[in-house]
Amino acid sequence: MIMAIPRALRDMWANRFLNLVTVVTVALAILIVGAFTLFFVNAGGLLSMWTRQIRIMAYLGPDLEDARIGELAAEIRSLPGVGEARFIPRALALEHLRAEMAGRASLLENLRENPLPDAFEVHMAEAFLGRERVALLADQIAALNGVDSVEYGRQWLERFARLVDLFRLTGMAMGGLFFLAGAFIVANTIRLMLFSRREEVEIMRLVGATDAFIRLPFYIQGLIHGIAGGALGLLGLYAGFRFIIYRVSEDAGLLPVRFLPMEMMGGILLGSMLIGWTGAYISIKQFGRA
Amino acid sequence: MTVPAAGDATAGGAAEAEGGEPIIRMFHVYKRYGAKLALADVSLAVSEREFVFISGPSGAGKTTLLRMLYMGEPATDGQVVIDGINLSRLPRRRAPHLRRKFGIIFQDYKLIATRSVFDNVAIALEARGERRKLIRKKVRSVLRAVGMEEKGRALPPSLSGGEQQRVAVARAIVGDPRIILADEPTGSLDAEAANAVFQLLRGFHRRGITVLVATHDTALIRRTGGRVVLLDGGRLDVSTVIPPLPE
Repeated sequence: MIMAIPRALRDMWANRFLNLVTVVTVALAILIVGAFTLFFVNAGGLLSMWTRQIRIMAYLGPDLEDARIGELAAEIRSLPGVGEARFIPRALALEHLRAEMAGRASLLENLRENPLPDAFEVHMAEAFLGRERVALLADQIAALNGVDSVEYGRQWLERFARLVDLFRLTGMAMGGLFFLAGAFIVANTIRLMLFSRREEVEIMRLVGATDAFIRLPFYIQGLIHGIAGGALGLLGLYAGFRFIIYRVSEDAGLLPVRFLPMEMMGGILLGSMLIGWTGAYISIKQFGRA
Repeated sequence: MTVPAAGDATAGGAAEAEGGEPIIRMFHVYKRYGAKLALADVSLAVSEREFVFISGPSGAGKTTLLRMLYMGEPATDGQVVIDGINLSRLPRRRAPHLRRKFGIIFQDYKLIATRSVFDNVAIALEARGERRKLIRKKVRSVLRAVGMEEKGRALPPSLSGGEQQRVAVARAIVGDPRIILADEPTGSLDAEAANAVFQLLRGFHRRGITVLVATHDTALIRRTGGRVVLLDGGRLDVSTVIPPLPE
């Protein structure tokens, strides 16, 4: 094993341009897959943050008696997943609206009566967060007698979630494609090196080298292509990430954007090593059959 | 499949001429390439420490015979036994271990052009996983033995044919083989270089290595003498002992 490493490195140095192109190609594949992963990680984080901040507004029907409002408060609080339910009388709602529209208060001056309904502002319990659970709870609240409608930005949230899902699927499909492409590029490089070394391989066989002894340097080369390509790809991704963050630094404060976590970078590196190993495996198998 | 008695294999010649157990035995061996019969019913025994010429015209089957000894290719029929190992029962993955019993020399040297003389010889020991220190020591020793000590750093293309073949001989013997197989080792060399290489082979034979030389150079055989196995059209024609010509 130890002796195979210098042999592998010597061969790579002898064909350095070819190997450099292979490493760069693997790096590009990792960069693209990494960019998708980065988007997914941040979009997923954003979605879960928004989900955490979600509140369900339950608007009540007109002319509900105070007793019924009290009952409704108890019914809502008894629903599983409700963390807090606060009653907002229509007068208070209008007051909030006036405060929010302070600059354009004149728009509300001509109102003859308060158009806003009484409402409950419902926050989810920490353990019950999640899009599906929010939707379920909203449906349960909407079904209560006296509740006119509920609103929690369902459509918007679901559209965004679908977009994240689409990116996740696209990312996985592209990841698979780039994995195959990377593996075949590594396979091609190692095949070229194997054919350029075929006399040497024949001689090694004649002097009693085992298949493992002959193949090991090529597997090491594949792994080096994978590690170097993976590291270069991640480095490029990080540089791109820092550049974008720097360019939009004013906005960055608004969104919790972060780079890939360590374990995910480790996973990507392992994946790129697997690309290299698979490439080496394919070419060695073909060479063995030839 | 049972291995026939050794006596059966001596049909091709006087195997025990120089004493010792047969280290190579072939029993009614056939080799076909499609419709072409390369070897037909060859039975042969070679004793340990024997020096044997395999001779015959081009296409007689000399190279095929040698290749079958080190599992370069399998026999179509019959059995080959090397040092008590029946090759028809030996799995392919064990072939490398069998080949370590051999030192193989080719007419075209089969040296790696991009590696130094030292590395070309060392490869035989690296393939066995020997330690670096031992490799250095043994390679220097065999390069000295073949008179190539000063050219350890040279690349093969910068050497003459005779020098390249001496490097090939060094590679063949560095692993302390029990058998040397030389396929037309002097075929590409001038008389002086051929003689030098041949003297090296003779020297290693005297140290106890069994040597098989495939050659159609009858002048060389007459000059040195020894046991000659003659192949013709893939068949064993005759096996005889020729005395060396007087100096």
